Amino acid sequence: MTNRSVPLSTPAADAVAAATGEPLIVLTGVNKHFGDLHVLRDIDLTVAKGEVVVVLGPSGSGKSTLCRAINRLETYESGSITIDGMPLPEEGAALARLRADVGMVFQAFNLFAHKTILQNVTLGPIKVRGRSKAQAEKRAIELLTRVGVEQQAHKYPAQLSGGQQQRVAIARSLAMEPKAMLFDEPTSALDPEMINEVLDVMGQLAQEGMTMIVVTHEMGFARRAADRVIFMSDGQVLEQAPPEEFFNHPTTERAKDFLGKILTH
Amino acid sequence: MNALFSQFDLWSAFWMTIKLTVIGAIGSLILGTLVAVLRLSPVRMLRAAGTAYVTVFRNTPLTLIVFACSLVLWQTLGITLANDHSRDFFTVNNFRLALVALIVYHASFVCEALRSGVNTIPLGQAEAARSIGLTFTQSLREVVLPQAFRGAVTPLGNTLIALTKNTTVVMTIGVAELAYQLARINEFRSDLLNLAFAVMAMLFVILTVPVGIFLNTFSKRLAVKR
Repeated sequence: MTNRSVPLSTPAADAVAAATGEPLIVLTGVNKHFGDLHVLRDIDLTVAKGEVVVVLGPSGSGKSTLCRAINRLETYESGSITIDGMPLPEEGAALARLRADVGMVFQAFNLFAHKTILQNVTLGPIKVRGRSKAQAEKRAIELLTRVGVEQQAHKYPAQLSGGQQQRVAIARSLAMEPKAMLFDEPTSALDPEMINEVLDVMGQLAQEGMTMIVVTHEMGFARRAADRVIFMSDGQVLEQAPPEEFFNHPTTERAKDFLGKILTH
Repeated sequence: MNALFSQFDLWSAFWMTIKLTVIGAIGSLILGTLVAVLRLSPVRMLRAAGTAYVTVFRNTPLTLIVFACSLVLWQTLGITLANDHSRDFFTVNNFRLALVALIVYHASFVCEALRSGVNTIPLGQAEAARSIGLTFTQSLREVVLPQAFRGAVTPLGNTLIALTKNTTVVMTIGVAELAYQLARINEFRSDLLNLAFAVMAMLFVILTVPVGIFLNTFSKRLAVKR
């Protein structure tokens, strides 16, 4: 397992350590179109157990679509995606089971608006995992405490701040005890002062060895928490490197241009 | 006034209208929800079936459906909904046929009201439900429909009030509800007709206005805050 408790451990060593892990999420030759737009072009990507991969890129580069395809919230036309050796089922109960094993955190939080915070977190464990209500609630309170919103357990999502809602969303995913977590721009809809509270929770998760794919614009998080940075543009993976290497020595013009625009403002 | 109530059994007619309304409402809510589930399903054939149902029943005049229940279901196909040998066979059979007509007709409106409710729910709600591993039926039951009902309270209320007034159509197959009695009053005591009209109107107002007020408060209380 990668030792991420030392935040500034050498990135190269990190990448090597991560790469020795067993592959958990494997994408091979994945292609997808939205009409004429080729949003994913021959994507090959392997994410090892315990690895934290941050996906960067300009908007419209296909990074969100990539993230959603892994959970099959987006279909794809060709190629294959396997999770823990299992090919992604097309639909039905098998797909539902697989989704239960892969947590997803959305840009818009998407907490169930008609349920309390506690019900949001216990719904999956009770309905999908068949836990008892008491068991599920006990675990939910632990998780809510861990993300620091246990005081709000009996409120409704609309009564919480964005940062609190997103932390609940993370707890809701964790309650399913997922093998991996996908984050689709988890801080993009947040007020600036709430971004850190969410990133802190994500950083903690990364340190505990959760396998994560994070689509984000938070370069600080990428530097701190990522084992590997993936740079996407126009539906292609243009670069893959440990964060320090990517930020200091991007190889493609597109990445240099992108970093120039982001890091100088 | 006394003559009106002593000669004509207005109270049981009123009770009949209430029974038609309440059972019709429950029945069409259940059937309408099922049709809405068909229309929302990922399977093309089921969606087509739901759409066909709504197209047929929403666009057919209720009178026609009521007659079809009586003439086609019962008199032609011989489908009876009551015990043939009982003394009140005609009353019970007509009452149940009338309910069938009211339910299949209003179910199409309930379905569309619910679909409009579903459209008030952000797509992310269903995506989140799927992402924690809920199946299609589970995410409908736990996440989508409960919010759809809340968003659809007002159009569902419209359908309920329309149903209350549409019960008058079933007098055509001899169900003794308020409009049926009104027709009898017109025939036997036309001197009481003006009064009878006023009384009927009052009775319907008693049924529909509180429902409207209740639904208004209800929809505000239930509204899902986002």
